[in-house]
Amino acid sequence: MTVLNIEEAVKIRDHRETVCHVNFTVRAGEQVALLGHNGAGKTTLLRLILGLTPLDGGSISILGAAPGSIEAQRAIAFLPENVEFPRTLSARELLRHFARLKGEAGSKSDDLLERVGLAGDADRRLGTFSKGMRQRLALAQALIGEPRLSLLDEPTSGLDPIAQAEFYEIIRELANAGGAVLLSSHALTEMEAKADRIAILKDGKLVANDQLDALRRKAGLPVCIRVSAKAQNADHLADTLGGHRINGRSVELQCPVGDKMEVLASVNAVRHLVDDIDILPPRLDDLYRHYSQREDAIS
Amino acid sequence: MSTTIAFARLEFQIVYRNLWVAISVALMTLFAVVLTVAGSSPVGELGVDRLTVSVASLTTLSIYLVPLIALLLAFDAIAGELDRGLLALNLTYPVSRASYLTGKFIAHLLTLMIALGVGYGAAGILSALLGTVPSESWKSLALLYASAVVLGAAFLGLGYVVSCLVRQPAAAAGLVIGLWLVLVVLYDIALLGSLVADSGGVFTSHVFPWLLVLNPADAFRLVNLAGGEAALAASGISTALHSLPVYMPLVSLLVWPAAALLGAWCLFRRIEP
Repeated sequence: MTVLNIEEAVKIRDHRETVCHVNFTVRAGEQVALLGHNGAGKTTLLRLILGLTPLDGGSISILGAAPGSIEAQRAIAFLPENVEFPRTLSARELLRHFARLKGEAGSKSDDLLERVGLAGDADRRLGTFSKGMRQRLALAQALIGEPRLSLLDEPTSGLDPIAQAEFYEIIRELANAGGAVLLSSHALTEMEAKADRIAILKDGKLVANDQLDALRRKAGLPVCIRVSAKAQNADHLADTLGGHRINGRSVELQCPVGDKMEVLASVNAVRHLVDDIDILPPRLDDLYRHYSQREDAIS
Repeated sequence: MSTTIAFARLEFQIVYRNLWVAISVALMTLFAVVLTVAGSSPVGELGVDRLTVSVASLTTLSIYLVPLIALLLAFDAIAGELDRGLLALNLTYPVSRASYLTGKFIAHLLTLMIALGVGYGAAGILSALLGTVPSESWKSLALLYASAVVLGAAFLGLGYVVSCLVRQPAAAAGLVIGLWLVLVVLYDIALLGSLVADSGGVFTSHVFPWLLVLNPADAFRLVNLAGGEAALAASGISTALHSLPVYMPLVSLLVWPAAALLGAWCLFRRIEP
């Protein structure tokens, strides 16, 4: 079921299209990563979906409702990139406020504090919270009322790796429960294996929108095979295999994905010279660079 | 409706924690007690009861203090929340903008009502303890309370207008202080200056009364002076006011909050958080 449907969305700011003719859907249970440089239009696109800023063209529907309508807001949860909570309130008080806005019982929000690991700090003043704790609270408010569509703007900024992993686990649970999740990020490698689909925005245009594997295939980026030689054999190995030396012991070979087995066979032929071998598929960073440098947009 | 209450509740919690409630209650009570106790000495044996004098002094005091407290409560309501990203987050919830603004207004008005209630109440109780208070004086105290709440509502509305007009909270803070100076202090000085310069001409008899009644703070003063015996004290002004219908100050005082809140609502609707 399509939860979010964007057709030909256009937003003009200062006579420039900050979002231009974007077509995009997110289905229930799907977790989509929205990637792009600073100023690529990620936050503007989220603000359009939230109805915080009006569209200048095209249409957006959230379960058939217009952005900003009460029906749409009821389905949506939002985790903003920057928000400063009232310093004199406690986490419990603020979360209860947000629960009331969603028509939920205030006491339900106490469970959410537990879920994001803030149960022990529920009654401390927010002015004493660290960046990571504030981010957890922001996530907790986005979990209120089983949202059908979660929009998370840079949800893991300022978090340590362990907290990030916990964050993604909770977000995964949201998707597993049938919610649609759209999260923006420029922490690329973080997204790998976490998002069902990757969308890349560049200058307001959608330049990629597919599963990670498919994007890899389409980009045709080479696989990198790193062969480390046994002592004193690096020169000999480089001569035999081609490729280039990257340090005193290793040789790096680049080849198209389809030629991988042939290259491995040729490495196998000289295995008496080889100490170890690493195969590095193109990473999200490489893909991102590839797609965000291309000029053409997909429709 | 329930979201309006949720916004009002949160705002009151914040105002309470920020000690705004405590500060305004302390200010109003301090002045009310001082004016009631000290106000009696010049009266001596004139036969006017203590509360009547106190109400006259409290009226003058409230003209300065009520607008100031209201503007300081209100200036951050939109600009501050916008700046902190909280306005955007709140508006992504299934709520109307009207409930957001109404909630803030209820919380701020409640704060004012508590501060004025405690302050004026202290003046009343103190007067009753120190001597007899005729029922007329209780009535003028009640009128003072009701009209001060309306005056406060007007300046809350003006504070929201300023808060919508500038997106930076610091600029909003500066602007409300300026607004307070102009409407409450400079306006009267300018009027007095014009009166002196005109020395009883057309301005004094026909323009001045309207200018006086158009200012919410002056309308508040006129509403309260008209009733009590203290009107005598303002006899200089009251002769000039004969060209005005007697209900005009009250109308002006009631129209101001409605107009200011309507203006704030129109501006708030167009804000992109």
